[in-house]
Amino acid sequence: MARTATAPGVPTTPLGKAALEIDDRLIVAGPLRRTLNKVFPDHWSFLLGEIALYSFVILLLSGTYLTFFFDASMREVVYEGSYAPLRGVEMSAAYESTLGLSFDVRGGLFVRQLHHWAALLFVASIVVHLLRIFFTGAFRRPRETNWLIGVALLVLAILEGFAGYSMPDDLLSGTGLRIASAIMLSIPVVGTWVHWAVFNGDYVGEYIVGRLYIAHVLLVPAIMLGLIAVHLLVLVKQKHTQFPGPGRTEHNVVGNRLFPTFAGKATGLFFIVFGVCAALGGLVQINPVWLWGPYNPAQVSSASQPDWYVMFLDGSTRLFPAWDINLPGNYTIPALFWPTVVIAGIIFTVLALYPIIERKLTRDTASHHLLQRPRDVPVRTSLGVMAITFYVVLLLSGGNDVIADKFDISLNAMTWIGRIGVVILPPIAYVLTYRICLGLEKHDREVLEHGIETGVIRRLPHGEFIEVHQPLGPVDEHGHGELAYGGAPVPKKMNQVGGARRAIRGFFRPIEEPAQVEIEQRREAHGLAAAEGDRELTTSGRPSDGGRPQEPRD
Amino acid sequence: MSTPNPQSDARPDDGTPGGHRRRFRRPAGGTPAAAARARRRSKQRRRVVNVAGLMLGLVLTGTLYSVFSPAYASDEGAPSASSAEAAGRELYERSCITCHGENLEGVPNRGPSLIGVGEAAVYFQVHTGRMPLVRQEAQAADKPAVFSDEEIDQLMAYVQANGGGPTLPSGDLRTGDLAEGGELFRLNCSSCHNFVGEGGALSSGKRAPSLEDANDLEIYTAMLTGPENMPVFGDNQLTPAEKRSIITYVQTIKEQADPGGAGVGRIGPVAEGVVIWVVGMAVLLFGVFWMGSKA
Repeated sequence: MARTATAPGVPTTPLGKAALEIDDRLIVAGPLRRTLNKVFPDHWSFLLGEIALYSFVILLLSGTYLTFFFDASMREVVYEGSYAPLRGVEMSAAYESTLGLSFDVRGGLFVRQLHHWAALLFVASIVVHLLRIFFTGAFRRPRETNWLIGVALLVLAILEGFAGYSMPDDLLSGTGLRIASAIMLSIPVVGTWVHWAVFNGDYVGEYIVGRLYIAHVLLVPAIMLGLIAVHLLVLVKQKHTQFPGPGRTEHNVVGNRLFPTFAGKATGLFFIVFGVCAALGGLVQINPVWLWGPYNPAQVSSASQPDWYVMFLDGSTRLFPAWDINLPGNYTIPALFWPTVVIAGIIFTVLALYPIIERKLTRDTASHHLLQRPRDVPVRTSLGVMAITFYVVLLLSGGNDVIADKFDISLNAMTWIGRIGVVILPPIAYVLTYRICLGLEKHDREVLEHGIETGVIRRLPHGEFIEVHQPLGPVDEHGHGELAYGGAPVPKKMNQVGGARRAIRGFFRPIEEPAQVEIEQRREAHGLAAAEGDRELTTSGRPSDGGRPQEPRD
Repeated sequence: MSTPNPQSDARPDDGTPGGHRRRFRRPAGGTPAAAARARRRSKQRRRVVNVAGLMLGLVLTGTLYSVFSPAYASDEGAPSASSAEAAGRELYERSCITCHGENLEGVPNRGPSLIGVGEAAVYFQVHTGRMPLVRQEAQAADKPAVFSDEEIDQLMAYVQANGGGPTLPSGDLRTGDLAEGGELFRLNCSSCHNFVGEGGALSSGKRAPSLEDANDLEIYTAMLTGPENMPVFGDNQLTPAEKRSIITYVQTIKEQADPGGAGVGRIGPVAEGVVIWVVGMAVLLFGVFWMGSKA
């Protein structure tokens, strides 16, 4: 036995001994240590993807509970449950079990609502995460793979959400499913076959809920889980990107290690996400299927909308003109084909290929690990804002009847606002964003060159007034700053360069005594306050130059 | 106007309206005898015509009255009904005549004929405040009723007396079958009024109103008379029992609490999308900022 009780590093606690036994057999200490030492950047925007991850976990947990009670069957039954207004109504077993989940299962309604809110949040947080990746250029080489996986996850999330929305077989989801069926049928040549393959016959048939169910609880989540695992493994392998700043280079990552700091933060964020979903699930009603009623193809309600992440397709359908293309030989390409299949296809294809498109256009094939500030890439930023504008017009148009009704606007006017807006607003957004980016860039350069405006106006002996500027670094013989722009935020207020005492700590309320901070600051001789005591006063009572920012020599 | 004025008395032909009136009353030319004869003749003729006209009118009114409302002829409440009708006429001539015409025949491009619309239509339009109309637009807006219930009864009596039409139902309107009402509502009403009667937009500024404030009788009379863009659901389309079922369903659903928490308008995915972004995502972004500041 090489190991003895006195050998250094040998654990003495029971836990340590157990860990040693495990490591002896599995040899995990090395990889585990590497993993626990992984460094996460501490910028807030790196937590957006985690919101999506945690909503996914919440969805798996709450969805599992729902499967205990949901009956994915189109069998006709007569409702005899506890919701009086539907008693005696014929419905499918799927709808009946959803009603049972809502009214007769303990905690069922809460978990159903929690699940639905988490689903809306899941897609929303994916979109926000995607925007952060896009606007900071985090998708650039070598991270195109992860971008592609991310876009695939977004599409799968939308499909998964739509399958879940359609399963209860209520009047709202049935209407949505009818539209989905029409979209499939609108595809030229293969449409009918696709429809027959999915529905096993004509709409609605007896199979679709069962198929949606297995896709919703097994197929799509399994694929997503796999993709999320790959997404994270690639992330670990390639390491995080980070914003440029002092000490941050293309070859390091500055931040906190996974254990213990980041693990603490991540756990905290998980509970915040869970708390938000649970609060919404308990306090705000979502998808009250008992009000919608069982699905019946003869019925349709006004204000039938899909969940928000599909609403942009509803909007494009509402805006698109009724251009049916009648081909010789009794063939028709319905107008529905263009705003749904084609527009969605274009949107997601361009999204998926964007890293390649940008690489081709900029001919930038280098590897990048430092992020860009959106203002420094005005074309990409403007394209992004343009795309968002396009998307938001479609999204709002998806609910244009509700907007028209609630705000007393003519529905026809809403449609035309959308039609005109979807064409002219994106270019306007592009130009405005471009100008704003250039303006912000120029201001950064101006501050680097001339210094920070101090707000101190000085009158020169010959009567001229000048504003005193604080240079950020060494200046040349003309008084111009010599610091180059580093792609990082430029301080623009005196406070940010120690012009005042440091800020009192505390997010919601101060967690330290201001007086104490002042004493400490004086002792450390930082900022203007430090020199307050030994500053000469002029006869007017104003301090003389002592401690004042230096004025440019020119 | 000019009677106390001595100047106009002295000069009858001064051209003022007062002067003209007096000139006709006291002709200046001709012999006094001829003038007296002529005056007597015309007075007699006028009297005969007046009496004949009055008699004719009375006979006609009586005949029409007995023809159109034989029930009232022997009814003791007849005087009060006809007085309600008269009061209704007065209200009508004050507030409705501009657009609906002197004899309820309607005015082109202003208002439709009210002959045959019946008291049910009057009840719905006036009780929901849609009539009297504020201005011509895509659709009459509902507002607090202008007339009191008593005045509405009088208007109803007046319109009902002139052409008849659908009448108000009697008894409790919530006696129908709840589940059947739900099915009928989803089949006949929800395509405009939404699943739960939240209302919805129609084309060109028109809309199906929310049923939030509608009482039983308003819903019933609306179905019966098809106001604005609403189709008429006559008793052959929806029997009175089915109408009562629908009313039972609508009112039950309205009064029912939302078991899932705040209803957010019961409007479905649009409101839910707003909530997830404005509340859910905003709270989480705030949380993430907070975590970022803890770094």
